[in-house]
Amino acid sequence: MAAALEILFTASFWVAAVRIASPLIFATLGELICERAGVLNLGIEGIMVAGAFAGWITVYSGGDLWTGVAVAALTGAAFGLLHGLLTVPLGLSQHVTGIGITLLATSLTYYTYRLALPEVTSPPKIEAFRPLEIPVLSDLPLIGPALFAQTPFTYLAFVAAALVAWLLYRTPLGLALRAAGENPDALEAQGLSVTAIRMGAVAAGSALMAVGGAFLTMSAFNSFFFEMVNGRGWVCIALVVFGSWRPGKALLGAILFGAFDAYQVRLQGVVGDAVPYQVFLMLPYVLSILALVAVSRRASYPRALMVPYRKGER
Amino acid sequence: MRLEPRIASPAQTILYPVAAFAATFAFAALLVLMAGVSPLGVFRLVFLGAAGSQFALLETLTRATPLIFTGLAVTVAFRAKLWNIGAEAQLYIGAVVTVVLGTGAVAAPSWVLVPLIALAAMLAGGLLLLGPALLKTRFGVDEVVTTLLLNFIVLLFVSMLLEGPLKDPMGLGWPQSQRVVAEAQWPRLVQGKRLHMGFPVAILAALAVWLMLARSVLGYEMRAVGHNAAAARFAGIPVNRVLALTALISGGLAALGGVSEVSGLKGNLTLDLSPGFGYTGIVVAMLALLHPLGVVASAIFVAGIFVGADAMSRAVGVPSYIADVMTATALLTMGTAIVFTRYRIRWR
Repeated sequence: MAAALEILFTASFWVAAVRIASPLIFATLGELICERAGVLNLGIEGIMVAGAFAGWITVYSGGDLWTGVAVAALTGAAFGLLHGLLTVPLGLSQHVTGIGITLLATSLTYYTYRLALPEVTSPPKIEAFRPLEIPVLSDLPLIGPALFAQTPFTYLAFVAAALVAWLLYRTPLGLALRAAGENPDALEAQGLSVTAIRMGAVAAGSALMAVGGAFLTMSAFNSFFFEMVNGRGWVCIALVVFGSWRPGKALLGAILFGAFDAYQVRLQGVVGDAVPYQVFLMLPYVLSILALVAVSRRASYPRALMVPYRKGER
Repeated sequence: MRLEPRIASPAQTILYPVAAFAATFAFAALLVLMAGVSPLGVFRLVFLGAAGSQFALLETLTRATPLIFTGLAVTVAFRAKLWNIGAEAQLYIGAVVTVVLGTGAVAAPSWVLVPLIALAAMLAGGLLLLGPALLKTRFGVDEVVTTLLLNFIVLLFVSMLLEGPLKDPMGLGWPQSQRVVAEAQWPRLVQGKRLHMGFPVAILAALAVWLMLARSVLGYEMRAVGHNAAAARFAGIPVNRVLALTALISGGLAALGGVSEVSGLKGNLTLDLSPGFGYTGIVVAMLALLHPLGVVASAIFVAGIFVGADAMSRAVGVPSYIADVMTATALLTMGTAIVFTRYRIRWR
């Protein structure tokens, strides 16, 4: 019991928690932007796969790390535009289209991977982002290393959260975006195009999802392998609800989830073989469902979420 | 740009879906060109691999069998707008029940054991989906996320069973179950070939689902709930009970697919029993426009692409993932085609 508690007081645990949270922060922010504009994006899982691969292959074929991040973002934006085109002006079911985008992005990625590296058995590694220790601050006890001795990619996640919060609540564009998800008619009455804003939001949100995927190959595992995203996208959808569509709460939710995931891995070491390891691996998914149950009763969905907008129709 | 509802002419209702398939094949051709191979040659190999011989045809029908079950599961659920993305998990639960009851735990003649396993598995699969359905109706939890997450939970659960209580002691350490006893097996349809009882059972299931949706009160209520839940409730339809029954039927159908794969084809349970049949079932159902009989046709078509692509991939160096790309593309292009048949695009 004492050993199980001691985990919480090791710096490496908190470092891992923030590292695990980083890709989730990007992808959750991405999904949040889409949903705040009124579009559910179930393409998230596949877009993360595509982003993970796009970033990795860019670096693997000689590009530098930040170029890799940019290429991943563009790849995500492209899939986002496709999802936006089908669900916003054409008004296709957001559920079905999202699943379709996930299947398409995943299979296209696997196809391209096999084409690019036909004979590979163990996936090649790349020179990934290295931790960048911020002087003085990283020496703080416990949280110092967790917050100030991460890779630049993790710092970018926190910057992204601040930027998204500022954009949503402090700029006219953010107001328009939120209006697209709450009351599109009001937006149209202002002479703004709901279609354009929703499409833009889905493209931008998808770019963030892909960057989240790229974190996995460029700052966590250093190589690309199949099924590496492993449901993280779906967890992020739960995190958006858990964070009640607010960037700050979503950030906290992602870190909480990261802490939980880091904890279950360490707990396995303490508990040993008494409990099958699969039980621990299940916990994050179970936790996501429980979190949804806990908050869903008082969740206030964006009112126009999943409602296609047709001009002049009421 | 805006959409104006219209009634499409018969020519248009055929033309747009055909265009959707043409676009799918055109996109695939582009990807094949990327591999430096002639697309026409590749499509020919895919076709021959799927339907070029008796062996190929039977193989396609064998692969179509689980897809019919998951396609039907998705059809039933989506008709009531219950977004069941968890057919994968329900299929695995069906397979688990099959090996729990079918590897010697119950000693009974075939005519008792086979239906017993099927019913128990369907119940288990149905209950697995009932959970998310109740969370939706009671707590307002989105069933898309819960069913998706359950796919991962159930796969880990199966992995746990296969390394624990269900592990085959003679399996040389592999995570696999024992083989089901002879009395639990579903017979092969053609001596020495892989096609099994699952295929005709799947077709019967499609007929049953079609009758239920088109002719029964429950089917009518499901469609009403799917069309407009608020109006259905106002009309006195017990919406929550209808959704619960929908979940039981949908989950049960997917689970039956798991029984069929174990009892009819594989003989035991492994972690690679399903290469995503649950997810592909969504494509199958949508290509069939959520029509139960159409599911049979679209499952055979989709299975053909997968079987053909496997054969093609062995002959030339185009990755077999082209089949996954094609089915995903078909899902999106077909959805677009349906919009074009129902609406006229006005550009101003």
